[in-house]
Order: sequence, then C-alpha cells, then structure tokens
Amino acid sequence: MSADTTSTAIGPVEGGAHYDVDNPAPYIEAPRKRTGKTPRATRGNFEMAAWLFMRLSGVVLVVLVLGHLLIQLFLDGGVSKIGFAFVAGRWASPFWQVWDLLMLWLAMLHGANGLRTVINDYAERANTRLWLKGLLYTATVFTILLGTLVIFTFDPNIR
Amino acid sequence: MATPVLDKVEAESAASPYITVTMRIRRFNPEVSDASVWEDFQIEIDPKERVLDALHKIKWDVDGTLTFRRSCAHGICGSDAMRINGKNRLACKTLIKDINPEKPITVEAIKGLTVLKDLVVDMEPFFQAYRDVMPFLVTKGNEPTRERLQSAEDRERFDDTTKCILCAACTSSCPVFWNDGQYFGPAAIVNAHRFIFDSRDEAGEQRLEILNDKDGVWRCRTTFNCTDACPRGIEVTKAIQEVKRALITRRF
Ligand code: HEM
Ligand code: SF4
Ligand code: FES
Repeated sequence: MSADTTSTAIGPVEGGAHYDVDNPAPYIEAPRKRTGKTPRATRGNFEMAAWLFMRLSGVVLVVLVLGHLLIQLFLDGGVSKIGFAFVAGRWASPFWQVWDLLMLWLAMLHGANGLRTVINDYAERANTRLWLKGLLYTATVFTILLGTLVIFTFDPNIR
Repeated sequence: MATPVLDKVEAESAASPYITVTMRIRRFNPEVSDASVWEDFQIEIDPKERVLDALHKIKWDVDGTLTFRRSCAHGICGSDAMRINGKNRLACKTLIKDINPEKPITVEAIKGLTVLKDLVVDMEPFFQAYRDVMPFLVTKGNEPTRERLQSAEDRERFDDTTKCILCAACTSSCPVFWNDGQYFGPAAIVNAHRFIFDSRDEAGEQRLEILNDKDGVWRCRTTFNCTDACPRGIEVTKAIQEVKRALITRRF
C-alpha cells in the first residue's frame, strides 16, 4: 500500500530538552481538579455585572469620547485652540463639567475592568496577578480621584 | 495502425489515483524526551481518503509507535479531534484533497490540554467541566408512566446543541481556555444549553447559577473560534450568548 516511506525529523519544536531524571519537570496540577486550595464558591453576580457594565459604558462612551474628540480636535480651529482659556471657558458650564466627569469615571472604570480581564488572561502566576492588579487599582483610584478633584475645584482665576 | 481509442483506455486505467503526501506530525513521547518533535512521513494515498486513513497507513505500515485516538471513524464518537493544518478538525471527517496535499499536512494534538503521547491528550479537565454542568435530565415529582412528551417547537428550541459529540474541538480552540484551563469552555456550555432550554428539565436555574461562575460564561470573549471548529456545525457562540441572555433576563 504505502510505498516509499521516509521519516525525517525536522527538528525540535520547543527548544530542546529541559528536564531529566535529576532535574524533573515541575508537577502541574490539572486545571479544574478539586484540591485543598480550590475555593468553595466562585459564583456570584460580579462577573455578570462587569460584563454588562462593559457593554453599557461602551455605548455611552461612543457618544462621550467621539463628541469629545470632535470638539477638541476638529471643530473651531482644531487642537490649536486648546489652552487655559478654552478649558476655563468650558468648565464654567455645568454641562461640560458633567460630561467630563462622566467620561472620566466611565472610561477609567471601563478601561480598568478591561485591563483586569487582560491580566486574568495573561498573568499565569497568582503573585503576578496580585501585583499587576494592585498596581492597576491604585492607578485607577488615583486618576479618578485626582480628575474629580480638578473638575470640581477648578479655579479660572488661579495665578 | 495505432488505435487512439485503446491507447486512451489503457492510459486511463494505468493512471493511479494515488499521490504522494507529506504528513508532518508533532510527536511527543515522555519516555524519550520532554520536548516534542515534528516528524515527516511520506505516504502514497488517494486524495479522496481522509487524514485518519493517512494516520492509519503510518501506524500500520510505517511506525507502529504513532499514537492517536479513534473509534468510530465516521465522525460520531468524537475521539479524533486534532489540529490539522493549524485548525481543529476530526481526522475522520477531513479529506486529504480538501487541505492542499501539495504542501506538508501538519497534524498535532489539540491545544490547552496536557499531551500524554503524540496526538493523545488528557481529556480529564474537559470532562470535569462537562460533569460540572449536570448534563442529565433533572425533574421533580413522580415519574410519569409514559415518556415525557414535548411539542415539536419545544424540541426545536435546543435542537442544535443536542448534536454535540464531546470531541473538544471547540474548547481546545478557545483562547480563553488556553490561558489557564479554568474556563468552563464552549463544550460544557453547549451541553448545559441542551438542558437549560429543554422544556422537560427543571434544573435550568441551577445550571445557570453554575455558569454564573467567575470561570463561567462571562469569560467568553465572542471570538467565534468554537463555532468555526465544531465538526457538527453547532452554532456554539450563539448557544453561549443565549445562556448569557438567559442569565441576564432572569435576574432583571
Ligand atoms: C468608544 C466606545 C467604546 C466602546 C463601545 C467599548 C466597548 C467595549 C466592550 C464591549 C468591551 C468588552 C469586550 C469583551 O468582553 O470581549 C471592551 C473592552 C475593553 N475596553 Fe472598551 N469600549 C470603548 C471605549 C474604551 C476606552 C475609552 C477605553 C480606555 C480607557 C477602553 C478600554 C478597554 C479595554 C482595556 C478593554 C479590554 C480589552 C479586552 O477585553 O480584550 N474602551 N470595550
Ligand atoms: S460543540 Fe462541537 S466542537 Fe464542541 S465538543 Fe461538541 S461537537 Fe465538538
Ligand atoms: S473516529 Fe469517531 S469521530 Fe472521528
């Protein structure tokens, strides 16, 4: 049936051997196996809320972010018009204050939750996850608080 | 005088349907090495045959150590899902002629599950997720003396997800499953969907709660890899979306 058969190895795939009898490969626990470390309940509505929030905030962000970009970068002289006077003029109106505040909170929470997903996906070790998420949450809280503070306490007569 | 007609007949009968194909198989044998190796096999095969036939030719005539799973050989037992030319398929449903035999055909184990040998993976995490969604009919009250009746429309509601053969082509094509293997995976959700939307079943709420897990349906990122991979043509991503929708509409 099958005639001329040559079997030629075309080389190692993953960079050669790393382990041998004296240096055995680390034991990897099978995923989803019930061990002593398995948390009892991992259910709850948090992931559902996060999932919903991503879609709802995304819809609102389309309007807020695109409107923001349009006003800041294209209309009325484009980016060159932006200066202290321009910002002071806009934040004199509660409408733009609310717009910017909403955009700040939604974009930050949306972006932070998105990055949380990315960290969950890509950070393999529990410790790496912990540190990356700690950094992420710190940066998020800091930026949201600072931004909110500035929007509410902005003083156009500052010298 | 030469008879062109006869010549033609002779030529035709002499033409063999066999062509030479290079099967490039990712070999792994933990008793020999901890690294896997691509190995090429040249075989003669009719392009109308399947990748499974090519593997059989190698195993039976060339190298008996080649290890893979297969049982029915007709696309119904779900044993032989493998990554063929970079795509998850059943070896018994993939014709050689459909995957460009001019180039070497790569065959490797499905991803995201521990390789035991060559093309055989440890399916235990996959079946653990399957068991976790309670893939059996749950009812309350007395057992009826006749079969449990259901209207044609009620049966139609979950028809698509009854077709699953648990081959793991979908779950092992999912990038979220590749990450840490904790995600329930499309196949488990498909089989939960099979009962959640069955009018005779009474544990739908319980199954939805199970899939409301931190590694449940909300980890799905709608990449559609599962739908592309399913050899049964199940609309896997759609089934997952329906479970998400059921979770949201039942609660709000
Ligand atoms: C302009 C309107 C926007 C819409 C409609 C939108 C929509 C979405 C949706 C639906 C997701 C979830 C994807 C999934 O679960 O698979 C997502 C993820 C994400 N979004 Fe947005 N978003 C918008 C703006 C933004 C902004 C302004 C930021 C940055 C601050 C951002 C950062 C992210 C990140 C980091 C992710 C996670 C990426 C991933 O899961 O792969 N998005 N977005
Ligand atoms: S849904 Fe399709 S790809 Fe997934 S296990 Fe079932 S038959 Fe295989
Ligand atoms: S051998 Fe049964 S599905 Fe392919």
